[in-house]
Amino acid sequence: MSVIDCNKVSIRYITGDFKAIGLKEYLIRKLTHKYHVTEFWADKDVTFKLEKGDMLGIIGANGAGKSTLLKAVTGIMIPTYGSLTTHGTIAALLELGSGFDDDMTVKENAYLRGALLGYTHEFMDEKYNEIIEFAELQDFQEYQFKQLSSGMKSRLAFSIACLVNPDIIILDEVLSVGDGAFRKKSGDKMKEILDSGVTGILVSHTIDQIRELCNKVLWLDHGKQIAFTDEVELYCDAYEEFLMTKKLPKKRQDIDNLAEGHLVRVQAEEEERAKARAKGKI
Amino acid sequence: MEKLLHNLKKNRFLFEQLVHRDFTQKYKRSILGMGWSVLSPLLTLLIMKIIFTEFFAKDIPHYTIYLFSGNIILSYYKEATKNGMNSLVDNAKIFTKINVPKYMFLLSKNVSALVNFGLTLIVYFMFCIIDGITFHPRMLLLVYPVLCLMLFNIGVGLVLSAMFVFFRDVRYLYDVFLTLITYLSAVFYSVDKFSFKRMFLCNPVYVYIKYFRTIVIDGKIPSLSYHLLCAFYAVIFIIIGAIVYKKHNHSFLYYL
Repeated sequence: MSVIDCNKVSIRYITGDFKAIGLKEYLIRKLTHKYHVTEFWADKDVTFKLEKGDMLGIIGANGAGKSTLLKAVTGIMIPTYGSLTTHGTIAALLELGSGFDDDMTVKENAYLRGALLGYTHEFMDEKYNEIIEFAELQDFQEYQFKQLSSGMKSRLAFSIACLVNPDIIILDEVLSVGDGAFRKKSGDKMKEILDSGVTGILVSHTIDQIRELCNKVLWLDHGKQIAFTDEVELYCDAYEEFLMTKKLPKKRQDIDNLAEGHLVRVQAEEEERAKARAKGKI
Repeated sequence: MEKLLHNLKKNRFLFEQLVHRDFTQKYKRSILGMGWSVLSPLLTLLIMKIIFTEFFAKDIPHYTIYLFSGNIILSYYKEATKNGMNSLVDNAKIFTKINVPKYMFLLSKNVSALVNFGLTLIVYFMFCIIDGITFHPRMLLLVYPVLCLMLFNIGVGLVLSAMFVFFRDVRYLYDVFLTLITYLSAVFYSVDKFSFKRMFLCNPVYVYIKYFRTIVIDGKIPSLSYHLLCAFYAVIFIIIGAIVYKKHNHSFLYYL
């Protein structure tokens, strides 16, 4: 049984000037046939399957439909067509800092966030000390949230989201938070989670992260699925070349060509650098 | 239904936390905050009493209680629905990031309003004593209209909160509507003089106010059909609200 089974998922988004208009304006535009909403497909026929322990990297330029797909996996959005099933608890690290209440204390906020994430009261009682300790906020428990620095806030958010040993972890550009020592600590914690056999999805614009952490890659472009593959290196090479040339691969041959192009380019760059270094020495 | 109960059980912790948050936000940890929610309806009552006694008091027995009944029901309705209306938009940051049942935000807002109403109700009964109204076991029946009104408020809140996501001017339109309903609910006048007084029963808020007055002032128990009318409004709005949520639950996201 797959942990995540995403089958021909399409998600339709609506845009237009409907957001800003009020009810009165809406009715007038409806009556005068001036009300227009445009639809577009944020994701079109995306299909992939992840087994336990898989780590999927999603690559693609801005507007490729990555975040929308993540929202569908977490259940915030539902696919317009297609089916998406997940098995197990999901921890999503998307924009950690938001959703806290400024007037409540750190402790109250920790419990609130825990509740929002679907933990039980007992579970929070049990884990609370561990969370506070990890976030290094022992001395601030009764402080109001607005008195904390933004670094402290994201430390708390990270700790709550990560100390639960989820079955599925979803990372949108977030791998570590905080500064200096905490950055390393959160990075280590993340590695520990990833090594524990969790199934994960990582969206990142840093291709090296994907190469390092992922064993599968999903390439999206304007909502269309270019590839879902376990040839991570090959496709990452191809993707990097694509970013330079903007030529979308159509068939397998194109991928190979792109990847090869990338290697050639990297080699050329390295030679260039070596030359520059040699020059510098002279 | 079974699924709903299961969900409620699962979400109990979330519900408690949200209620706790709403209370903290509302009273900002101040003692006066709590007192203010009792004081403000009393001030309204005082003003109305001073001004309207001249015009209406001679035809209406226990005029103070008559006013007070109207006031507390109306302000409970206003508070619950206005807060309810904001419940989705205020929490947009949360439910666009985390998958939570959205109606929980509305329910917790309704709890704050209900608690507030409970506080004013205590003062209300104190006034009843002062005004020489004798207590009778039938007053326990007042639980019934309160229950109906609570459900009604939730139903209206479901509809309004959804509309407010789609159309931001609903806030102003609803203010206008609230002014209208204030005058249509016979808070300070009696409907007896109107030839079309049955039309007032189309206004659910008036229906609940009248229930209170019938029990407390007239000392009578409303008819069975009147009870059914109370329940009818509650159920119909809950159903409409549930349908609206069911239909739009996943499209709220586009508008926020």
